[in-house]
Amino acid sequence: MAAIQQGLPLMAMTSDRQADRVVPPSGASAWLTSFTAGAMTFLAVFALALSLASGRLATRWAEALDHTATIRISAPADQLPLQTKAVLEVLKTTPGIAAARAETPEEQRKLLEPWFGPDLPLDDLPLPQLIEVTEGLDGYDAEGLKQRLSAEAPGAVLDDHTRWRRPMAEAAQRLRLLGYLSIALIGAAMAAMITLAANAALSANAQVIKVLRLVGARDSYIARAFVRRFTLRAVTGSLIGAILGTIGVALLPAQDVAGGFLTGLGFTGFGWLLPLALPVLAAFVAFAATRTAAFRTLRRLT
Amino acid sequence: MIAFENAAYSYGGGELLSEISLRLAPGSFHFLTGPSGSGKSTFLKLCYGELMPTAGRLTLFDREVRALSRDDIALTRRRIGVVHQDCQFLDHLPLAANVALPLTVAGRAAPAADLSDLLGWVGLGQLADALPPSLSGGERQRAALARAIIMGPDVILADEPTGNLDWDLSLRLLTLLVELNRMGKTILIATHDLNLIRQAKSQLAARVLRISKRRIQLAGADL
Ligand SMILES: Nc1ncnc2c1ncn2[C@@H]1O[C@H](COP(=O)(O)OP(=O)(O)O)[C@@H](O)[C@H]1O
Ligand SMILES: [Mg+2]
Repeated sequence: MAAIQQGLPLMAMTSDRQADRVVPPSGASAWLTSFTAGAMTFLAVFALALSLASGRLATRWAEALDHTATIRISAPADQLPLQTKAVLEVLKTTPGIAAARAETPEEQRKLLEPWFGPDLPLDDLPLPQLIEVTEGLDGYDAEGLKQRLSAEAPGAVLDDHTRWRRPMAEAAQRLRLLGYLSIALIGAAMAAMITLAANAALSANAQVIKVLRLVGARDSYIARAFVRRFTLRAVTGSLIGAILGTIGVALLPAQDVAGGFLTGLGFTGFGWLLPLALPVLAAFVAFAATRTAAFRTLRRLT
Repeated sequence: MIAFENAAYSYGGGELLSEISLRLAPGSFHFLTGPSGSGKSTFLKLCYGELMPTAGRLTLFDREVRALSRDDIALTRRRIGVVHQDCQFLDHLPLAANVALPLTVAGRAAPAADLSDLLGWVGLGQLADALPPSLSGGERQRAALARAIIMGPDVILADEPTGNLDWDLSLRLLTLLVELNRMGKTILIATHDLNLIRQAKSQLAARVLRISKRRIQLAGADL
């Protein structure tokens, strides 16, 4: 964008204060710009937290469905070894299955320990045998496998994780996308509002701009006076919004009986610094919006 | 410096000014007269690039005005000091800052001593901190002249600079302009004050341009 090439927001902010004074201060639009930038950034912090959290969730679920399933065999104790063997045979000849392994009593005990304690008399219980199935890269035909299993081992049930996890992972991915889309929309709305405020300031100062042109000011000089002002206001508002938004996210309850998603709605590690990128983004948005508005106004003047 | 070749200007209706061919030579002193509404202000606006001729050629400092970019026009205006009919100040800035404005927008500092010398020269030394709306008509006109010359321009254009001044103040302003001309500046003053023109002609070789029937002609010696 030409606007960016002609000078970075930082330069707009550090350039001379003289240029600033030639345009009279404007009360209401100043504070509206800061407020808008602040409110928008506040919202953007939550959208960002949502995006990151759903991103983590999507990854976790996608990994989990990375290709495992469980087959549960419930049968009278004397038939269990036979059916287990039959199931393993079936799996061996099923295309798309990379590996299959019957869980040892030790492993099964570990699984149940959290619920029943370590002293569980495993041998006396009619526990189902679990078989861990790892699928190949291309997946396998779950329906076909189910049919073959019911023929060979009537007690076997295929517990296909992908079946319920895939939609969850997809939903999480969709949620992340929505979060990023929200940030983009928030940015666009901020650009629109700053453009309106800048246009209001420009037309309120039409006479000032005319005088500046008459005494030999270049367009870039006049634009800078406005750009500098609006960029500073947007950054100030945005910084406050980012800090308040981050505090808001940090104050979300950490313990949640529902577990999982809601408690995960925060930042992790250096992620807590990410909201600080939003004021930088706001600076670019304000810079580009004001500069565009200023040059559009100036072009109508000789 | 400023040369018209068969130029014309129209605000959209018929031509207000037609077939203008004239040049302002360096160091010359011109008056421009004509009835109210005849196009004096319009002519001056052409001279500093606020308006573009709608026909013919106009060259400012040897460059065709329509070939100038917006930045070129800004730079050209730094070489032409203009005393506008309505002065055109920034009302929120004190007088001294207004007078120094051409320097400020050019990114140059106005040395305080030079600025107060200049304000003293136009008799406004005491009013450096006053805001423009609090000034009288004569004070505004003199401040406008100070602003017009602060960049050390080659050309000074003044649009009815004595329009709302009494005779004594008019004479004082004229004296300043005559002094500037002796320093080598090219001067063009739009006015319908014939007494002012006679007074000037008694001091130097001023030429008088008159707008009549849309043309600009050199007036005879009868003035
Ligand atoms: N911006 C404009 N648009 C249309 N007509 C204008 C404009 N400015 C001036 N005029 C007209 O042009 C004519 C000349 O105006 P002007 O140059 O100001 O005359 P003068 O300075 O000699 O009094 C007047 O009739 C005026 O109404
Ligand atoms: Mg006029």
